[in-house]
Amino acid sequence: MIEDTLEMAESPRPDTVKLSRRSFVQLLGTGLLITVTEGVTLGQGRRGGGGRSIAVAARIHINKDGTISVMTGKVEEGQGPRAQLSQAAAEELRVGVDRIRLIMSDTGLVPDDGITAGSRTTPSTVPAVRQGAATARKLLTDLAAKRWKVDPSTLTVSDGSIRNKAIDKTITYADLANSADVEEAFTQSVSSDIALTPVDEWKTMGTSVPRPNSRDIVTGAHKYPSDIVRPNMLYGKILRAPSYGATLESIDLSRAQAMKDVLVVRDGQFVGCAAPSAHTARLALEAVAATASWKTVPQVSSREVHAHLKRNSRGGRPRTKGSVEKAMSDSKKVLSETYEVAYVQHTPMEPRAAVAEWEDGKLTVWTGVDGPQRNQQSLASALGVPSDRVRVIVPDMGGGFGGKHTGEAAEEAARLARAFGRPVAVHWTRAEEFTWAYCRPAAVIECKGGLDAKGSIVAWDFASINPGGSAIDTPYSIPNTSILSAGSDSPLRQGSYRCLGATANNFAREAFMDELAAAAGADPLAFRLAHLENTRIRNVLEAVAKHFDWPRRRRQTTTDVGVGLACGTEKNSVVAACVQVRIDRRRARIKVEHVCEAFECGPIQNPANLLSQVQGCITMGLGPALHEQLQFADGKILNASFAGYLVPRFKDLPTLDIHLMNRTDIPSAGGGETPIIAIAPAIANAVFAATGKRVRSMPMEDALRRVV
Amino acid sequence: MDARITLIVNGQKTTVVTDPERPLLEVLREDLGVTGPKYGCGEGRCGACTVLMDGQRALSCSTPVGSANDKEITTIEGLADGDRLHPVQQAFLDEGAIQCGYCTPGMILSAVALLEENPRPTDEQIVEWMNGNICRCNGYEKILNAVRRAASQVKEVKRS
Ligand code: FES
Ligand code: FES
Repeated sequence: MIEDTLEMAESPRPDTVKLSRRSFVQLLGTGLLITVTEGVTLGQGRRGGGGRSIAVAARIHINKDGTISVMTGKVEEGQGPRAQLSQAAAEELRVGVDRIRLIMSDTGLVPDDGITAGSRTTPSTVPAVRQGAATARKLLTDLAAKRWKVDPSTLTVSDGSIRNKAIDKTITYADLANSADVEEAFTQSVSSDIALTPVDEWKTMGTSVPRPNSRDIVTGAHKYPSDIVRPNMLYGKILRAPSYGATLESIDLSRAQAMKDVLVVRDGQFVGCAAPSAHTARLALEAVAATASWKTVPQVSSREVHAHLKRNSRGGRPRTKGSVEKAMSDSKKVLSETYEVAYVQHTPMEPRAAVAEWEDGKLTVWTGVDGPQRNQQSLASALGVPSDRVRVIVPDMGGGFGGKHTGEAAEEAARLARAFGRPVAVHWTRAEEFTWAYCRPAAVIECKGGLDAKGSIVAWDFASINPGGSAIDTPYSIPNTSILSAGSDSPLRQGSYRCLGATANNFAREAFMDELAAAAGADPLAFRLAHLENTRIRNVLEAVAKHFDWPRRRRQTTTDVGVGLACGTEKNSVVAACVQVRIDRRRARIKVEHVCEAFECGPIQNPANLLSQVQGCITMGLGPALHEQLQFADGKILNASFAGYLVPRFKDLPTLDIHLMNRTDIPSAGGGETPIIAIAPAIANAVFAATGKRVRSMPMEDALRRVV
Repeated sequence: MDARITLIVNGQKTTVVTDPERPLLEVLREDLGVTGPKYGCGEGRCGACTVLMDGQRALSCSTPVGSANDKEITTIEGLADGDRLHPVQQAFLDEGAIQCGYCTPGMILSAVALLEENPRPTDEQIVEWMNGNICRCNGYEKILNAVRRAASQVKEVKRS
């Protein structure tokens, strides 16, 4: 049950997929891809495009019809890489974005760009795709120059055509694609020092290109992983333990075996049924489950989980600066508080799903995971087959939020398909997703701060237990600090979630900063600015305070309506938020009425998509801030349903006032995570402003119930 | 006991012989290959499986297929008129109200049902009506804009 936090734990490994021309033709249809030479080695690039380079052919194919195929190992789960990477390729190839066909996340076709996580697409994969496209453009231009026997620098490229002004002739990429020279040229490596288009010359990047397959989404034509059907396919159901840690002692399969059209398999602890319909498979599974006897083991419950995590805190050594101990004892005032965060689930709208098909000892799976190549390896080792016999295809999927790094459904489907000799689909139910997917870590965070006579923070001691070390460092200028990220014994399986532990760490830090400000008798905004040298954070904080009209709104605080603010930085982007809440004391409800947020992640590559991400982060963040929490006892999740686990809905949507700050003198950073980290502490601080009570644990409505 | 059930799905009449207790959602997806309606919770709490049944909004995960006998079912696949998208579909495109898009078919059909019943909804009415549809990408702001936009266009279409 205990699993190390999955935070970007992937280690670089070389993946090599040999693809022959024949396999391409089979996969994509004759004539679609023409530049692949026999035996071109794909997929040897490192994740995100750093490290060793790959052949241009592994990234770019010029098709005879003038379209261009671009290959990437990134997956689309709603955060916009399909548009963004298409833009990146179009920009450097000097073609309209509608000419780009982005082929994503198929281990048989694409290079390994690393798992889609950690906001890495923007800083790593976009540059890798741009380098591939720019190299391709250069190679094509060189070929044209050779034909015309001119210097390539005399040629210009636009809209996929190379122009020789001197003789008033053009040649298109498609024309060149018909020659064998291109095949030869594209075996060269992508150049990592090729010049990329400067931001002020961007034509396609920096614009709001819509998701290329959005029409298929609104017509229902797009096939998600759970929509994939293979000939002769069965629907599978897997036996689940009644509680965490329980082991199967005995089971009688005969009842299900006697059912018409039902197949059953047991392999140690693994028991599964399959049938031509999910309904029949479910009935069969119920029949065998009723005969199972289990050995259970005691489990920690959610009531005692924070005490448990604290008691079992382990590992990690604090990183220190100056002398915290001395500075604390010299301080005029010392504050010390503990903050807690509950376990939450990602609950992507599409639960885990996979179809597996074996043919001649080779496995193909269609599934929704964040890292196709990583999943290929884990499937290979789980099933005991070489990884070159496993192909993982990830159709654009229904959400992930850091929750789909692991490929459980794929492995289950592969086992059933192997046992039954037919393709099998495994679609997790919502209850399975709540119970058996890994969740966001709970946290206990102990903060201690010392103020001098002038009300400046002189000592800072921050010990964070279990959420991980993201955004753990304070961005404030404090002379003496001690910062610790410790592990613990997590009773639930835990892993990545949008922005990882940064939400917990920033919640504690920014709520505690507010407590220190109050102790110093200072305005929360002025107090932060007085300790803040980081100009990027200052900029967003000052911008958001201005747009929100912080001083006026703060003066208008009543016992029911309060405002709060918070800021933070993570993954090389910066965020600040002001919120207004309305308190219903009788029902212990916190209604977030208004959120003003400023966000900056360098040059904006797709403004509409970035806006969606910021809106999504803020609104998603409301859930764990206010009411989401997994309740568990005796190894069972007690609220494994949207009935008892309350995710944000339309009625929770506050007025959003979002300011995307476009800063063009630094590289772009990802924007799909960090906008979530300011919302919870801003709410906590607003609750204090209205009620005079501190709520120090997420979800805060629970905490409010205890104090009012 | 299996039963013979007639469904009119997106204008096409089909007959299935199956357990009438099976959810309509699964019969549409598994037996008829109509995968537009999605599974999100299986218990009527997310709206991903929304279809129209005789023009009314219905949650197909919680509708036993037996109770859909002889009913007209409209799924997302049946909404466009040939190449011409329904105004609500078009509004979702125009507003970019799509992240992963998994909730989108249910959102669109819910909105269609709303505008059929109330072509001039207020914001509160939209929120009230749509509250059963969850978007875990939390794209509510743009979805709301799309429904507002569609409402204004539906009004225009009705007027002209
Ligand atoms: S799947 Fe029907 S309401 Fe959720
Ligand atoms: S767009 Fe992903 S669930 Fe709504």
